[in-house]
Amino acid sequence: MCLAVPGKVVEIKEKIGVVDFSGIKREVRLDLVDVKIGDYVIVHTGFAIEKMDEKDALESLEIWKEILKIQEDY
Amino acid sequence: MDLYKDRSASDKIVRKISYLSKDLDEVKLCHVCGTHEHVITHYGIRTLLPENVQVVSGPGCPVCVTTQGEIEAAVKIAEKGAILTTYGDMIRVPSKRSLSDAKALGLDIRIVYSINDSINLAISNPDKKIVHFAIGFETTCPTTAISVLDSPDNFFVLSAHRLIPPAMDLLLSSGKINLSGFIDPGHVSTIIGTKPYEPISEKFHVPQVICGFEPNDVLMGIYLLLKQIKEKRAEVENEYTRGVRTEGNTKAQSLMNEVFEPCDIRWRGFPIIPRSGLSLKNKFSNKDAYKEFNIEIEDIPEEKGCSCPEVLRAEKNPRECLLFGDTCIPQNPKGPCMVSREGACYISYKYEKSLR
Ligand code: SF4
Repeated sequence: MCLAVPGKVVEIKEKIGVVDFSGIKREVRLDLVDVKIGDYVIVHTGFAIEKMDEKDALESLEIWKEILKIQEDY
Repeated sequence: MDLYKDRSASDKIVRKISYLSKDLDEVKLCHVCGTHEHVITHYGIRTLLPENVQVVSGPGCPVCVTTQGEIEAAVKIAEKGAILTTYGDMIRVPSKRSLSDAKALGLDIRIVYSINDSINLAISNPDKKIVHFAIGFETTCPTTAISVLDSPDNFFVLSAHRLIPPAMDLLLSSGKINLSGFIDPGHVSTIIGTKPYEPISEKFHVPQVICGFEPNDVLMGIYLLLKQIKEKRAEVENEYTRGVRTEGNTKAQSLMNEVFEPCDIRWRGFPIIPRSGLSLKNKFSNKDAYKEFNIEIEDIPEEKGCSCPEVLRAEKNPRECLLFGDTCIPQNPKGPCMVSREGACYISYKYEKSLR
């Protein structure tokens, strides 16, 4: 139920967007997010519930790099 | 995003986990999300963990925790002539009268992928009442809130929504299982952020890590939990920063707060959990199917034999149920945990049936 999948916004018509899920395009409601074309969103039961922020992803990557680096040390 | 699936990264985290675990006693971690159970079982994550680190599955499947009383309410509404819509797996859940049996008897019960499909049905059937049987945790509640605020007059909501943090609190208060930490659900957290979990860490001194849904997200979460345990910290950390902001989705939260208020509700396998349900606020009673059809939730005792209550309370794993894989299989499920693709029994049957 809480399954949600990321996709890329390729069209926006007011509250409805078209999201590309690796080739498969579907209409998605955008009421819960502020997005522009090209943004990645997490989609759950036909609604985008959050933007996947590139900056956030990079921050998370920093944690990863740090942990993987510590790993190399022993 | 390959890093989250990368095998050599998994190996490194697993090595780090086993190194940390040497200094620890028995550790029992609990997740509360069907999608996490799926990732953990599908990738065999349990087999990668040291012997003293266990991951158990809690009440993380909204289909599974919905009570027979609520399903009976939905059937009664369909009997009163409404078109009832709901999400896929709910239809097949065994009950006093299941939705699929009711449908076979001619009631108009339909599966929708989104509540938006249900609204469209209301638009194209203006002379019919359309009722959406709205199940789901915080991830789904905001979409129902939107539909309450913006839908035609003949559209109603039968709310069976539930909130996760009160159930986590109850699992620990009951004292039946000894949990060392929680893997918090990623997409519930996308909506609510990190704050609502903090009182649980404070009250019970348990660490929590919000995790994403790739195998390395979960491994990293387990690693971070062990690290907290070793350092005797009990904090809420966020591993899934690419999908969860600290404050959550505030727009979604304010929609939920506008439409719903918390209510006390029973969960399958649990007693009434205070403030763990969501009912429509009085000002939206014109959208509330319980009021429109004058229906209350009956108290129907749970079936004997099926161990779903224990499975949902993280007290048993599915293969400890005597019916598992024998009389109870996905084609002929005896309980909701074998119906739902997020149910622990279904997932275990799909990936681990040879283990029995
Ligand atoms: S295996 Fe079937 S009967 Fe046993 S707990 Fe799971 S759903 Fe219930």
